[in-house]
Amino acid sequence: MSTVAIDKAGPSRKVKYGSMSRDRAWALRWSYFFLVLFAIFFLTPPVYMLITSLKSSAEISAATNPWWVFHPTLSNYVELLTSNQFLRFFWNSSIVAIVVVIITMLISIPAAFALARMKFWGSATLATGVFLTYLIPDSLLFIPLFKMLAVIQDLTGITLLNRWYVLLFIYPTLTVPFCTWIMIGYFASIPKELDEAALIDGASWLQTLTRIFIPVALPGLIAATIFAFTVSWAQFLYPLVFTTSVDQLVLPVGITTTLIKGDVFNWGQIMTGALLGAAPPLIIYAFLMDYYIAGLTAGATKG
Amino acid sequence: MADVSLRKVIKRYDDVEAVRGIDLDIADHEFIVLVGPSGCGKSTTLRMIAGLEDISDGDIMIGGDVVNDVPPKDRDIAMVFQNYALYPHMTVAENMSFGLRLKHYPKAEIKARVTEAARLLDITDLIDRKPKQLSGGQRQRVAMGRAIVRNPKVFLFDEPLSNLDAKLRVQMRIEIKKVHQKVRTTTVYVTHDQVEAMTLADRVVVMNKGRIEQIGTPNELYHKPATRFVAGFIGSPAMNFIPCRLEDVAGKLQIRLTDRIAFALPPARAARYNALPRNDKLVLGIRPEHLTESHAHLEPGIETFDTVLDVTEPMGMETLVYFGLEGTPVCGRVNPNAGATDGAPMRLAMDLNNMHLLNEETGAVL
Repeated sequence: MSTVAIDKAGPSRKVKYGSMSRDRAWALRWSYFFLVLFAIFFLTPPVYMLITSLKSSAEISAATNPWWVFHPTLSNYVELLTSNQFLRFFWNSSIVAIVVVIITMLISIPAAFALARMKFWGSATLATGVFLTYLIPDSLLFIPLFKMLAVIQDLTGITLLNRWYVLLFIYPTLTVPFCTWIMIGYFASIPKELDEAALIDGASWLQTLTRIFIPVALPGLIAATIFAFTVSWAQFLYPLVFTTSVDQLVLPVGITTTLIKGDVFNWGQIMTGALLGAAPPLIIYAFLMDYYIAGLTAGATKG
Repeated sequence: MADVSLRKVIKRYDDVEAVRGIDLDIADHEFIVLVGPSGCGKSTTLRMIAGLEDISDGDIMIGGDVVNDVPPKDRDIAMVFQNYALYPHMTVAENMSFGLRLKHYPKAEIKARVTEAARLLDITDLIDRKPKQLSGGQRQRVAMGRAIVRNPKVFLFDEPLSNLDAKLRVQMRIEIKKVHQKVRTTTVYVTHDQVEAMTLADRVVVMNKGRIEQIGTPNELYHKPATRFVAGFIGSPAMNFIPCRLEDVAGKLQIRLTDRIAFALPPARAARYNALPRNDKLVLGIRPEHLTESHAHLEPGIETFDTVLDVTEPMGMETLVYFGLEGTPVCGRVNPNAGATDGAPMRLAMDLNNMHLLNEETGAVL
């Protein structure tokens, strides 16, 4: 009886929060503090780029407040988007990124499936090896790679150096190991019984891969695709080394080599070019993120 | 429909023998349950029948054909897994028809078979849902449906009810039995739950450490266990094992449990055990239901003794009583109205007509 009385008296008493909710409140405050700090830190450069891209060269070099646009102009955008050179860079970058993504997926999906599911001699070592190759920095690789391509060119007479399509061979050395590694993780998380069920249902390995694994591991596939695209789109060192003619350049190298003339920096156009160049990955992230997160939380086998 | 035979089947992993030479004949239409503790090789045996594991030695035959090197899809079997293994991106209908679609069955026939299986399993309303929208029991039905639509020679079940809660497990057990009565497909069912084994099986195969301990109908295993392992594994609460020895007193054979407690054996038992050496270390096996409260008029072969109860467990329809006999814990089953209370003395009756005598060293039931 006494407990009932206390319970009834409950609402009239002053509500005290337990230590749990106090801890939680503090944790939230700290989270927000650091999140805001983080947001400022990472959003300041793009905001500054946007501001600068809307200024004329005269205003940029004038001693006014760099954080404000006094005479906004779209001239930088108009100039770049009507320049054949810039559009050429954009086209080169796009075709390279798209083809590299396709090549990467065609190699790393079957590779990851084999490494995750088909137990064969040395498969575990091979899986680790695949990842280790990713750890070798490109700054270490570009000279040997250049040498290799030069030798191939000498031997076969096929021109590879200073052609945009050379990047289709080079970029997968960066994307395939990492994407394979991601996909191994995703495929390994699919319960073994699922492919055994498919096997009993009469599916071949290829059918198991295409009809069960790829649909089930779609979030992982999307993550790998985003990664491969971003790497190909943003890669700087390799295109700088392997391509030199203006019509063969991709966006990151093109912007820096054509818009910086000697010690003259065309800041307005550099910022505009960088912003425009950042747009495709942003759009892809925006579209696929929802799908990616939805995929992450869906479809376990039991519950 | 087909019979299944295993001939001296062995499975080795490196140096470890997981299955050590199994001989088993499963008749057409039969429901066989492989039961045993974890690691006894029952799942491995099932997976070898399915073709998911290679066999290291011996032969497996389905419908008279040796299938040792036949891939799973050509063995004409269907398997239901513990975690259901439903394809999460497909609807129930797609899950059930996947195998038929791979084999390019005509669409009309696929639809007819799926509809029929769904009706049989009472999942017609769920046909367009995805697995994540289903409860555990519903998923298990779909997994069974996927097996049924293929109309295979053999059904293989690998602990299909282990992921369900106790109540649902009982319900699904009955469902599985009903389905088997309707489709009559030869079934091999693996479980570690002896109640499941007893309730479902035509014959139960008790396995231990990679070997078959005993094959028999549920009643045979319960009443005539061949080994101590089977005697202890089948039945809940488990059979009591009490160290004992045989004595001859005034020309009659009697069994001595403690210094204080000794019983004359009923004539049938006395005749059976008379040839045994008197010095052998023996164990008396007696099930809890044969240790009950004492009555005024006892049948022949039922002997009484006094003890002090340690703990009692009222179960409603019966009360389990626990006590010790010289350090050996013993469990009995008494009427809830018999007045059993914790720590109180009680007179119990032991039905020696249903006793078992085991050799302590070999574990064999004598």
